[in-house]
Amino acid sequence: MTIEELEQIAKSVALENAKYDYEVNVCLDLACASQGADKLREALVAAADASGKKVLVRRTGCMGPCSSGPLVRVDPDETLYRHVSNTNADAIVASLGGAPVAELQCDLNEHFDLQTRVVLENAGHIDPEKIDDYISRDGYKALLTALAEMTPNGVVHRITESGLRGRGGGGYPTGLKWGTVAKAGGDLKYVVCNGDEGDPGAFMDRSVMEGDPHRVIEGMAIAAYAVGASKGFIYVRAEYPVAVARLTSALRDARRPGLLGSNISGTTFNFDIEIRLGAGAFVCGEETALIASIEGRRGTPKPRPPYPAVSGLWGKPTLINNVETYANIAPIVRNGGKWFAGMGSERSKGTKVFALTGKITNTGLVEVPMGIKLREIIEVIGGGVPGGHTFKAVQTGGPSGGCIPAELLDLGVSYDALLAAGSIMGSGGMIVMDDTSCMVNVAKFFIEFCMTESCGKCIPCRAGTAQMHTLLTRICEGSATMDDLELLEELCSTVKEASLCGLGQTAPNPVLSTLKYFRNEYIEHILHQRCPAGVCKIETPVADQPAVEVLA
Amino acid sequence: MSEAVDVKTLQINGHEVSALRGQTILQVARENDIDIPTLCHLDGLSDVGACRLCLVEIKGSNKLLPACVATVYEGMEVTTDTERLQKHRKTILELLFAERNHICSVCVSNGHCELQSLAQQEGVTHVRFPYRNPELTVDASHERFTVDHNRCVLCTRCVRVCAEVEGAHVWDVMGRGINSTIITDLNDNWGESSCTRCGKCVQVCPTGALFDKSKIGSDHPKYPDFLPYLNEMREAQ
Amino acid sequence: MSKLKLATVWLDGCSGCHMSFLDMDERLLEVAELVDVVYSPIVDTKEFPDHVDIALVEGAVASVDDEKKIKRIRAHSKLLVAMGDCAVAGNVPSMRNPIGPEAILNRAYIENASAQQQIPCVVVPKLLKVVRPIHEFVKVDVFLPGCPPSADTFHSALVALVTGSPLDVSALTRFGA
Repeated sequence: MTIEELEQIAKSVALENAKYDYEVNVCLDLACASQGADKLREALVAAADASGKKVLVRRTGCMGPCSSGPLVRVDPDETLYRHVSNTNADAIVASLGGAPVAELQCDLNEHFDLQTRVVLENAGHIDPEKIDDYISRDGYKALLTALAEMTPNGVVHRITESGLRGRGGGGYPTGLKWGTVAKAGGDLKYVVCNGDEGDPGAFMDRSVMEGDPHRVIEGMAIAAYAVGASKGFIYVRAEYPVAVARLTSALRDARRPGLLGSNISGTTFNFDIEIRLGAGAFVCGEETALIASIEGRRGTPKPRPPYPAVSGLWGKPTLINNVETYANIAPIVRNGGKWFAGMGSERSKGTKVFALTGKITNTGLVEVPMGIKLREIIEVIGGGVPGGHTFKAVQTGGPSGGCIPAELLDLGVSYDALLAAGSIMGSGGMIVMDDTSCMVNVAKFFIEFCMTESCGKCIPCRAGTAQMHTLLTRICEGSATMDDLELLEELCSTVKEASLCGLGQTAPNPVLSTLKYFRNEYIEHILHQRCPAGVCKIETPVADQPAVEVLA
Repeated sequence: MSEAVDVKTLQINGHEVSALRGQTILQVARENDIDIPTLCHLDGLSDVGACRLCLVEIKGSNKLLPACVATVYEGMEVTTDTERLQKHRKTILELLFAERNHICSVCVSNGHCELQSLAQQEGVTHVRFPYRNPELTVDASHERFTVDHNRCVLCTRCVRVCAEVEGAHVWDVMGRGINSTIITDLNDNWGESSCTRCGKCVQVCPTGALFDKSKIGSDHPKYPDFLPYLNEMREAQ
Repeated sequence: MSKLKLATVWLDGCSGCHMSFLDMDERLLEVAELVDVVYSPIVDTKEFPDHVDIALVEGAVASVDDEKKIKRIRAHSKLLVAMGDCAVAGNVPSMRNPIGPEAILNRAYIENASAQQQIPCVVVPKLLKVVRPIHEFVKVDVFLPGCPPSADTFHSALVALVTGSPLDVSALTRFGA
């Protein structure tokens, strides 16, 4: 396939779409689908057919504000409807060409105004199972342009220039990683996409894989060209069956016109991708454990160095990036590194997708430029804390991250700022907590998560997280002493500094950050057997009963 | 032209030492009589860097590196015995003692146990963490050997010696995190497994988790030193 | 200067530590020069005194009675020494922890009893759910592991504690020694 052919396809899609006067896009992502978006779509199709109007009803990936679902957007007016049920289908179709259905209209202008959509640019606009839809929005143009006009080095240079950093959590400069793999010797190299999204409350990668699978494939293909790899793996957790199905069909659709396979676009570049399913181990998101898992071995991490870029899958140089990182590649290649570097903050470029969850009005998926203030994300985009409660903290970075308190809400979101605040960017989960959340209990929840997800290989993580959990349980039950707290802090330092992989090294973060900002809550539990948020059930100590004298 | 011998000069605890390219910090330290405590490492087996006792500090880096797998480089400055490292080592040993039911006084390996010696060496006189006291099994189904999971520290030496040296791969690890446990075959009884009865696992086990039934009640030292010799002889062939 | 007041206590242990203590033999005379034994299984006093300088505690805390005792001991002793593995780590008494006290009592007093099958409940103190070392209940100043610590260990440690000279426990003894 050539660029001309791509343009031909785009043109024919445009012609096809031009036959319709209206496009009714129905979000069929998990959140909307679980509220009956499937039936809604059928009802809309039926209503459109009955009305005789020229209406294209399209299913799309996640539109963002999941808590308002099921969502429907009518184009060209860009009218967004929320909480639509199949009984509203007739009204919506009837309104086409006239005034919108007022009671369903969704006023989320502020919500969208602060967002910048790069990764999610197609979400809500294309049918994820139609490769032509993707192509009609400049899909695969970046890959073919790179193959036709750029050297592999040129691609690496462009990514370096963009300042893109790994979106999986660590924030390692992507261009640097690519350059290392490109320089590594050997004729067999691998490109791996890490889709083992496992943080509680995070679903950015799932939405991208389900809503725009070709974007990930294109990003991987460009990466493979840049680093000289011929084989790719997408590692997806088996808990994401829709993502697996969409990726599988997308791979098939990309192979058919020769966008994957041998001699892509008439060049000597060969590349194909296989899907590997994760079996539910959180630690397999760690790159060396992920490699072991793909190789068919027990998913446990290995000490680095050697880094996968030098010795990865089956000992070969391997490039591992996260879903969102790959999703950024095509736009960067298309629009240039400088364009991307123009967004964001000093050392964190571009945009970041966050999954807003917890005690917040607009839960869902948002994409914001780096450097935006946390306050803007939570109060404006997220719509603030509902129910008259007050904001207490936002947890970023999942079990590896920390809790950021209200006084730091004016922090600009970047890798370095979040790290300095005792948290991390992570993959993009953002859990908002209000005054009904007990921070000790929150820390205990995350430690319990790390304890059960520890692979058990190294002692600090295996036994240390278990002991941390025991100590935190004591605190929550009101039976701990100040010595226990001291022991907990000491244990945190050993688990953090001595653990083998990222899971253990970051596991204490939720405890350390809550201790840093909410120490008084710990003290209340310990000294006064009181849970300020009223979450922990502390049994009031039974007054010491005079023990029956016994003969010893 | 033969490749020139690539020699690296580095410092360990302030002493200038020389090493060959590719050598680990642990190898170089031991060649120079500098002690670094280890538990999962055993000469003759691959290294996994799991016990974290051999962590050392490298000047210029905040990260602690496992000496058993970290290789030397020119000008490296290694410290093996800082207060920070000692603190972590003690904590790690305490975590091990609290993890399972290590009752030294009734153990076949009392007096010959690496965990026990390490505790003494690192000055662990008590365990600050609450004992977990898990209910674990003892498998005595094998005609010659017994595995007592109460004493296992999950160093995986048995797993490695069985796979790498004996070539049988009878042992492996099952489960995750604190529930990890070593198993024979697919969690079958040892006596009914594909065990070749070579006994290497018993000899490399650092504690009394794997022991020889015929030695119960008597002194039960273990002899893992056969490994480097065996490997050398095999390579010579 | 008056002699320091020494107490030795026997909680849930086998008394082996006390035996080892007595194994100091002729050195006991030397120790007697340094301390007065004010409370011990080997002297007549029935009540733990109000003012003790050094308390050596053998045994783990296994019953409500042990718990009461260790708290009184702590409150009335300047220096509390955990003597032997049971006091330091739980040791043999703690081997019942994974299966619980009910199972143990059942096996001992019902299943294996040929006559009068009943679990004693009057006279003897109630068992705690888990046997724990004494430092999980009270602050311990010195730990002397060993099963039992040797007479030499006792001698060196006591002399060091009484004279205030430095004490390197790990050089003297270890778990299971």
